[in-house]
Amino acid sequence: MSTENTLEHKTTKADFDGKQEYTITVYAENRIGLLNRIAIIFSKRKINIESLNTSPSEIDGIHRFNIVIQEGYEVVRKLARQIEKQIEVLKVYFNTNDEIIWQELALYKVSTDEIAEKVTVERLLRQYGASAVVIRKDYTVFAVTGHREETDALVKALEPYELIEFVRSARVAIIKDSAGFHEKLKEFEAFEPGEELVENEFLEKGEKIFTM
Amino acid sequence: METAQETIQQTEAKAETSKTFKGTGSQVLLNGLIEEGVTTIFGYPGGAIMPIYDALYDYADKLEHILVRHEQGGIHAAQGFARASGEVGIVFATSGPGATNLVTGLADAQIDSTPLVCITGQVFAHLLGTDAFQETDVINITTPVTKWNYQVTDAKEIQEVLAKAFYIAKSGRPGPVLIDITKNAQLQLEEFPEYVKCNHIRSYRPKPKIRIEYIEQAAELINSAKKPFILFGQGVILGKAEQEFKAFIEKTGIPAAWTIMGESAIPTSHPLNVGMLGMHGNYGPNVLTNEADVIIAIGMRFDDRVTGRLDKYAKQARVVHLDIDPAEIDKNVKAEVGVWGDCKETLPLLTNLVNENKHEDWLAKFKEYNQQEIDQVITPELYPTGDEMTMGEVLRNINEICGGDAVIVTDVGQHQMVACRYANFNNTRSNITSGGLGTMGFGLPAAIGAKYGAPDKTVIAIIGDGGFQMTPQELGTIMQFGAAVKILILNNRFLGMVRQWQQLFHDKRYSFVNITSPDFVALAKSYYIEASKVDERANLRQALETMINHEGSYLLEVMVGRENNVFPMVPQGMSVSEIRLK
Repeated sequence: MSTENTLEHKTTKADFDGKQEYTITVYAENRIGLLNRIAIIFSKRKINIESLNTSPSEIDGIHRFNIVIQEGYEVVRKLARQIEKQIEVLKVYFNTNDEIIWQELALYKVSTDEIAEKVTVERLLRQYGASAVVIRKDYTVFAVTGHREETDALVKALEPYELIEFVRSARVAIIKDSAGFHEKLKEFEAFEPGEELVENEFLEKGEKIFTM
Repeated sequence: METAQETIQQTEAKAETSKTFKGTGSQVLLNGLIEEGVTTIFGYPGGAIMPIYDALYDYADKLEHILVRHEQGGIHAAQGFARASGEVGIVFATSGPGATNLVTGLADAQIDSTPLVCITGQVFAHLLGTDAFQETDVINITTPVTKWNYQVTDAKEIQEVLAKAFYIAKSGRPGPVLIDITKNAQLQLEEFPEYVKCNHIRSYRPKPKIRIEYIEQAAELINSAKKPFILFGQGVILGKAEQEFKAFIEKTGIPAAWTIMGESAIPTSHPLNVGMLGMHGNYGPNVLTNEADVIIAIGMRFDDRVTGRLDKYAKQARVVHLDIDPAEIDKNVKAEVGVWGDCKETLPLLTNLVNENKHEDWLAKFKEYNQQEIDQVITPELYPTGDEMTMGEVLRNINEICGGDAVIVTDVGQHQMVACRYANFNNTRSNITSGGLGTMGFGLPAAIGAKYGAPDKTVIAIIGDGGFQMTPQELGTIMQFGAAVKILILNNRFLGMVRQWQQLFHDKRYSFVNITSPDFVALAKSYYIEASKVDERANLRQALETMINHEGSYLLEVMVGRENNVFPMVPQGMSVSEIRLK
């Protein structure tokens, strides 16, 4: 019969066109188990989470997740809807890098001897915007806040000098075109959903979609 | 003095009427179930749920508990109950294996949007995470297959959580909810406030306020259409919008085809009902999907079994999609107009704005294709001339005897497709089948539940010889509680659907589909259930009549042709327009 391999046309290029970094922002109740509920939406589709941060939001009692993935627009849109569908999730936004302000924090532990002998601390501090968090006889810890390329650059610079430990935090991001969640929350708490609540990107069809 | 006395009296009267309750977490749980209108529970006791069962002992006059023979049977029964009645199905199970045995049913209910509230017992809170006896991480195991779940460790949470569970299970797009209650919370003695039903959760929007501009856009598109085609799913039934749907199609005169989950939302005999969509659906609806200029999808989700190859599916059509779940719109098929909302509300608005029409030429095309299908597939299936009996002729006889008023519950496989294709339905909620998950073993327990959900209806469970052997233990439930289910086993001595695929796509390499069966008649009789077997056509009609007219439960085994195939068929990976008649 058919020689058509179904797997083959499942992975045609359309799904993978235009993969880029998206930052998904989730406003949710602070509840045990919700992180798992959100995480499995990605793992179910075999999508790797590049970075995940959970933190309080501008509103007391409401949590904010920042999730970074590499995917195409269509996939991210579907993921966002699946996340928003979870009972304890209030709202989901997704943005490309030009729509957000973001930072990551990295810490570097190096041998003080090495660093004192071979490079000038001052140059590091200036060139990479690093700050010295701890300086001890045996080791020194630097911190850098910035984009991935910036924190990576210092890893490269320190590699020749015995980088003892390195760690980088998840991304935290602020949406440029956002008025915050205070007004939205009033809508959510209202008994009868207002027009604002009905706002939904597939209905709007506009570019205003994920930019509150 | 007098006024003070009055005030005291008033306060006392108030205290009496306010329904505070002193008791255990178990009792307050059962009180909550009664408040929510529950009458029937399917369950199985065990160590970690014993306090709830102990409390249940005193509630026998208000809550009927059906002791199933396996927790999977319990949850499928609750699904059958929910599907037949439109109410929430209730399941009790203990921790560990009791809870894990629910997983198949939860997945089935999740994908088929069936409202359930499952209560599982859990080990004492102080033992959580210690690998205690019968401890399992039920919440995490069931997270992907529940609409919502919650672990209760303190009895004071029970009322609020139960109220939320019912609200979530039945509102919006319905689904299964699981509450895991630790044993200490079941035993905990407290003074509880009055039970308050839930009707709002701030982070959850079951349905939106309808935006009229999208209704207008949809109406405009529909009014401009020359060859419009309606595809409807279970959303019409779940939304209890059968009348609104009927009014919409009758005004517009648009032919309407169903997914198997949507079947019975309108009567089979309705002139605009053009039949079944998908892999084993009718010829016209599949072929004409790729000719329609406007497709109106209502409460359906474009499952791959409906669409076939997606990149060759309805590419010429402009699509209007009505759904209560915004995540379904644009998921598989792009909609030009997405109407997000409850179809009970959106359909009447749409009906107001659409023009009356007849679409006679377009309807005639469906009739032409239907005639081809009748000649080449349906007549040979319903009126076979060979010696072997066909599944289709069994269904034709059932139609003739029951006149379309029976509730038909099916298992999964060839018999399921034949039943969906050929069974006649006059009433909604009459076709109960495992659609999305395709769970073999669903049929028998679901039929038991359906009988409790629709006690006045004849309930016929149509099951294959393979599927029956997955959950035959529920014959014990029928024996003990007397659900008058008619069990019809269509025995072809094969796992027929897999065999059909092996014949068509794997060069007839019949790999492990040759299944043998016990003596089903003797098996039923060992459970004190009347039974008989038919292996020739001459006895078929009489045997079916005996089964259907029998007062209690009855099992009838019908030997059908061994290597019959279900046609038409859209082979996997092919377009709906490449549907094969043989």
